[in-house]
Amino acid sequence: MQAKHYATAQAHSPFDEIQAQAIITHLADQPGAMLPILHALQEAFGFIDSRAVPLIAESLNVSKAEVHGVITFYHDFRHAPAGRHVLKICRAEACQSMGVESLVSHIEQAHGVKMGQTTADNSLTIENVYCLGNCALSPAVLFDGALIGRVDQDQLDELISVARAGVQ
Amino acid sequence: MMKIYLSLDAAAVSVGADRVAKGLQAEADARKMDIQIVRTGSRGLLWAEPLVEVETAAGRIAFGPVKPADVKSLFEAGFSASHALHLGHIEDHALMKIQQRFTFARSGITDPLSIDDYRAHGGGAGLAKALTMTPRDVVEEVAASGLRGRGGAGFPTGIKWRTVLGAVAEQKCIVCNADEGDSGTFADRMLMEGDPLCLIEGMAIAGVAVGATYGYVYIRSEYPHAIRMMTAAIDLARKNGLLGRSLLGSGVAFDMEVRVGAGAYVCGEETSLLESLEGKRGVVRAKPPLPALKGLFGKPTVINNVMSLAAVPWILAHGAQAYADVGMGRSRGTLPVQLAGNIKRGGLYELAFGITLRELIYDIGGGTASGRPVKAVQVGGPLGAYFSDKQLDIPLDYEAMLAAKGMLGHGGVVVFDDTVNLAAQARFAFEFCAIESCGKCTPCRIGSTRGVETIDKIVAGIEPAKNTALLNDLCTTMTDASLCALGGLTPLPVQSALNNFPEDFRPRTALAAE
Repeated sequence: MQAKHYATAQAHSPFDEIQAQAIITHLADQPGAMLPILHALQEAFGFIDSRAVPLIAESLNVSKAEVHGVITFYHDFRHAPAGRHVLKICRAEACQSMGVESLVSHIEQAHGVKMGQTTADNSLTIENVYCLGNCALSPAVLFDGALIGRVDQDQLDELISVARAGVQ
Repeated sequence: MMKIYLSLDAAAVSVGADRVAKGLQAEADARKMDIQIVRTGSRGLLWAEPLVEVETAAGRIAFGPVKPADVKSLFEAGFSASHALHLGHIEDHALMKIQQRFTFARSGITDPLSIDDYRAHGGGAGLAKALTMTPRDVVEEVAASGLRGRGGAGFPTGIKWRTVLGAVAEQKCIVCNADEGDSGTFADRMLMEGDPLCLIEGMAIAGVAVGATYGYVYIRSEYPHAIRMMTAAIDLARKNGLLGRSLLGSGVAFDMEVRVGAGAYVCGEETSLLESLEGKRGVVRAKPPLPALKGLFGKPTVINNVMSLAAVPWILAHGAQAYADVGMGRSRGTLPVQLAGNIKRGGLYELAFGITLRELIYDIGGGTASGRPVKAVQVGGPLGAYFSDKQLDIPLDYEAMLAAKGMLGHGGVVVFDDTVNLAAQARFAFEFCAIESCGKCTPCRIGSTRGVETIDKIVAGIEPAKNTALLNDLCTTMTDASLCALGGLTPLPVQSALNNFPEDFRPRTALAAE
């Protein structure tokens, strides 16, 4: 495996109210616009800034509490930016059957980063995910959006060192 | 010119299909050979991915699994039978011949985004047929096929459609549930990547049948490849009359769009999915009212799984009887079985209902990937039962699974070798339920956490008999009083583990989760 082929560092612009409002206005007219708006904001800024909440509430004519409720319900929406690289590791049954739990223990011990956390140098976020739909080629991970199957300890070590070496 | 076929399915790409494609092109260029690489869906033989197929006068010859490093030797061997990865004529492969590919007829054969390929392989015939029939006749055709909801509940699709057809409303909706969150399942993903036009055609037929003019396909965010393919296929379908103001020039309108989930497992539950589509928290609704009468935005709504809707074009094109002729008992037609986990030959096999777990695991799957003995099999996703190696004669059929205190679910089968500990798996079932609970009903929200604690006590040897009784009592409460299948079926993996593997629950000093 050549880990470099998979690594695509996340680049997001800093939160900008005018840009956020433009995104919201562009999508607000469709039925059930809340999720498409939240996805678009996260795509642009890397997370859902709390300053976007009143803008969404105003545009969709709902309360701020309702917007907050939706953001916090779904696992995908971030409250803070992720690291430059994101590694999602499937912890569901099929991957368990192929030893993902020992891979996770190895990562936490060898690389000093806990599941659900971002490294101090902000280079890498590691997260749990429950099923990537690659269950015949378990264990599976998603690295910067690229699906990798039949992943082993050496490959994970390589992915993590590539991600962390990217720090300037 | 040599024509080479290679899958673009996410599973194939996950083990290097894109790099193999690049390597093939580079090697051909270096040899000044003229080749054409066609990216198709997957045949489902995921253990053989990346699967490279070469077109010959006698059909397609397959090689797999091909690593980028194997490319050079394939050319050197002239893509002949002398190569170690040679699998022969793909259509004659034993694991292809045992299948009856209705829903996956085109997957692995055609370019998923070629309308010409689609039509040349029978695509569009179902919709064309439906447009010559009355809506009631279309609904009755689907009912007569015996098709049952492939999402897990197994509710007859025709009856659902009949209810929506009978509802009076200015606007009705078709919603496709592509929130395939069950571990061990990937049929929806493969269909959306390998033959997305088939799903679009199925949704259009549903629209024609019940009088709905708009549809949504709600795809989980964990499936970026499927989202891209469906979005591109919808554009393609619009340009070619499979969607739009006048389906195939008939004057009947139907259009649709992709909506993306946000990582909530519970949104695979139909009412939670509808809430999510409306832009709300994915909190389960109490039924009644049925979505068929008051669904998306309060409109009468057909909400079906990808596999149910994708089976419809074949049924319309070939007739209900041809579909009903296959299967066993009240489970008619085919089931795309997904064989996963610790298995040598994992993949998707579309089979008539009725194959036993033993045939599936050994004859098709070739046993475990680790080479160790099979200890447990979970059927039907995280809410399905764990069966032991002594229960492998159960056939895959809705009723037979229920009789064995399990459920068929979405047709996923996850195999575990003898290193698995079933108390740990039961604990995980509760843990998962606690993470994913929508929080609306108490048995699921609180019971899941109490369940984790109770299993911890049992394996720690704290009053095991008393706590086992308490665990069973908790399971009864969750089964009877939860609002939806998440809380209601979590006891299935828990109690099957407890009943089928009691030895794993004997007190230990260390916790099972380690």
